[in-house]
Amino acid sequence: MAAQKISAKPKLAVWKFSSCDGCQLSLLGCEDELLAVADRVEFAYFLEATRAQIKGPYDISLVEGSITTAEEEERIHKIRRQSKVLITIGACATAGGIQALKNFADVDEFIRTVYAHPEFIKTLQKSTAIADHVKVDMELRGCPIDKKQLLEVLGAYLIGRKPNLPDQSQCMECKLAGTVCVMVAKGQACLGPVTHAGCGNLCPSFDRGCYGCFGPKELPNTSALAARLGELGLDDKQRRDLFRTFNTAAAPFMKESLNYD
Amino acid sequence: MTKAPSVSTTRKIKVDALSRVEGEGALDLHIQNGVIKDLKFRIFEPPRFFEALLRGRDHSEAPDITSRICGICPIAYQLGASQAMEDALGISVTGPLRDLRRLIYCGEWIESHVLHAAMLHAPDFLGLDDALQIAKVNPELVKTALRLKKLGNDILDVVGGRAVHPVNLKVGGFYKVPTKARVRELIEPLKWAIDASRGVTLAFGGFDFPDFDYDYTCVSLRHADEYAIHEGRIVSNRGLDIAVKEFPDHFLEEHVAHSNALHGMLREGEAAYLTGPIARYNNNYDQLSQLAKSTAKEAGLGRVVTNPFKSIVVRMVETVYALEESLRIASAYEEPDGSCVTVAPHAGTGHGCTEAPRGICYHRYQLDDAGLILRATIVPPTAQNQKQIEADLRGVVERNLKLDDEKLKWRCEQTIRNYDPCISCATHFLKLSVKRD
Repeated sequence: MAAQKISAKPKLAVWKFSSCDGCQLSLLGCEDELLAVADRVEFAYFLEATRAQIKGPYDISLVEGSITTAEEEERIHKIRRQSKVLITIGACATAGGIQALKNFADVDEFIRTVYAHPEFIKTLQKSTAIADHVKVDMELRGCPIDKKQLLEVLGAYLIGRKPNLPDQSQCMECKLAGTVCVMVAKGQACLGPVTHAGCGNLCPSFDRGCYGCFGPKELPNTSALAARLGELGLDDKQRRDLFRTFNTAAAPFMKESLNYD
Repeated sequence: MTKAPSVSTTRKIKVDALSRVEGEGALDLHIQNGVIKDLKFRIFEPPRFFEALLRGRDHSEAPDITSRICGICPIAYQLGASQAMEDALGISVTGPLRDLRRLIYCGEWIESHVLHAAMLHAPDFLGLDDALQIAKVNPELVKTALRLKKLGNDILDVVGGRAVHPVNLKVGGFYKVPTKARVRELIEPLKWAIDASRGVTLAFGGFDFPDFDYDYTCVSLRHADEYAIHEGRIVSNRGLDIAVKEFPDHFLEEHVAHSNALHGMLREGEAAYLTGPIARYNNNYDQLSQLAKSTAKEAGLGRVVTNPFKSIVVRMVETVYALEESLRIASAYEEPDGSCVTVAPHAGTGHGCTEAPRGICYHRYQLDDAGLILRATIVPPTAQNQKQIEADLRGVVERNLKLDDEKLKWRCEQTIRNYDPCISCATHFLKLSVKRD
């Protein structure tokens, strides 16, 4: 994200696409900081929180959710045109979300399974990330995002510096925290070596392997990890499903999952 | 300012995107010569097909996957799914692990209820756009609400690892039980919160409530020993009393053209019903704590609530109760020896139902021999309430035809927000033309 000169009270907009609302809720979940944030930015469009709506252009747009309908496909372009900086928040916006599991399936069969009147339902064949449709200035990972990272991004923007976000693997967070490796010590399946940092080594600190909700780190060696998971006793389906959850449309995870389809 | 309407006019009122609700909904209202010609509460949240994509996944994955239906009430999905799997596999979670489940569910009620009551609903009663505007006139109220909400999230954090989509819950219990020290750290803040939440309840009890009453069919869980949150039988104030597994025999859903969420109704008479805080309060008032009852009374609530606008007060009364329950459980907490009950997977069908903040949330799964999901059905509370929301809207509109369009529109929004509708939840579920097996 380029550091830009901004007006005294920048206009913030929060947009929702196909999602669970959990990431935008993280902003309301900043209980200690919310009033301070509201002092520094104007909530110009934030439907979940306010009736008030101020017209664009917007200084910052936070975009939650993936693109799953033709209406959403059009709307994201309108939002891009109105936004100086567009930040995607969460796994749906950055990697299609859990609903991208339909990308591997017959969508018409999905509709018939869930709805009595398939003719009422309009949906695209695939759930796709925002970056597949418009230019994205920055991505915040996670299912859900980490609210401290959200505050870091907003704070950095307000003073015009680059946000300080980790880009290493989840494994590094365990090492930094001194958490015993659940894969080495207990033989548990863990996506930590290929998953983007940001949660603060959450699952391993609860005696469970990372399930990859922050999506792939840069240049992840997924095939080496998959081979090791095989040695630990995971069959092909289990390995496929492990890579096929909340960031299923992220290329490295999708490709690795297809090796075991 | 819109002119007050004359009697012989055609008025069309549209709310294209409802605010202060979770998810995407809209309202179309068409009034002709003072008569409602058409009224539709539309849910246009895009479908995400959870029941379809769960098929073939391992039963152990259902809690994490279904929690992504809703970022506001993930515990309703994690626990509902877990209980359904436990039912299918023939295990039950008891003792301290059950207490921990009740504790984390209290956390969800607290954060969700306070978020809705103080930040999403209260502005309607004050004629303000949002809670930030309340903060300008009454900063202490908003700060107290934020602190209460944070405490709810802290409970989720301590027991579940994080506030949104916790990671520590699983079929059979938990990955790791929290330490006694961490749970006990909740005690002092909880003591403050009980008192503080009473104050907020009384403040909201003083609101001017629009004049509207409805003779609701109230559907909720009921438990023999406690105000039902995460376990119980499904009961109504009209004599229904069934086991959770009988839910499909008594309730059905209809797919209407204007909504991506199916409308829930009672099979008998295809009637609308109410689930959520008012239904629970009316059905289980006798099981509330003394403090919750006296707070309700002081805040102006009777033994039975029939005005849906008072749901904001009922939510706060339930918050007082949930805080007391949390204090009771946290104070008695000792670390159990094991973190979960395990069992080898096998074929079976299981049902689960809990009281999400917005009402009963029903799950049903059919598993194959290897424990993979063959079929999934999830019926979230907002879908069940949808038909009743439309009935309320009709009644409210009929009584408020004299309001100008802008005020009528706002009153309709307020009516919808009585339900704290969680539209993300509502939009995703299965037709219930279920074959019996």
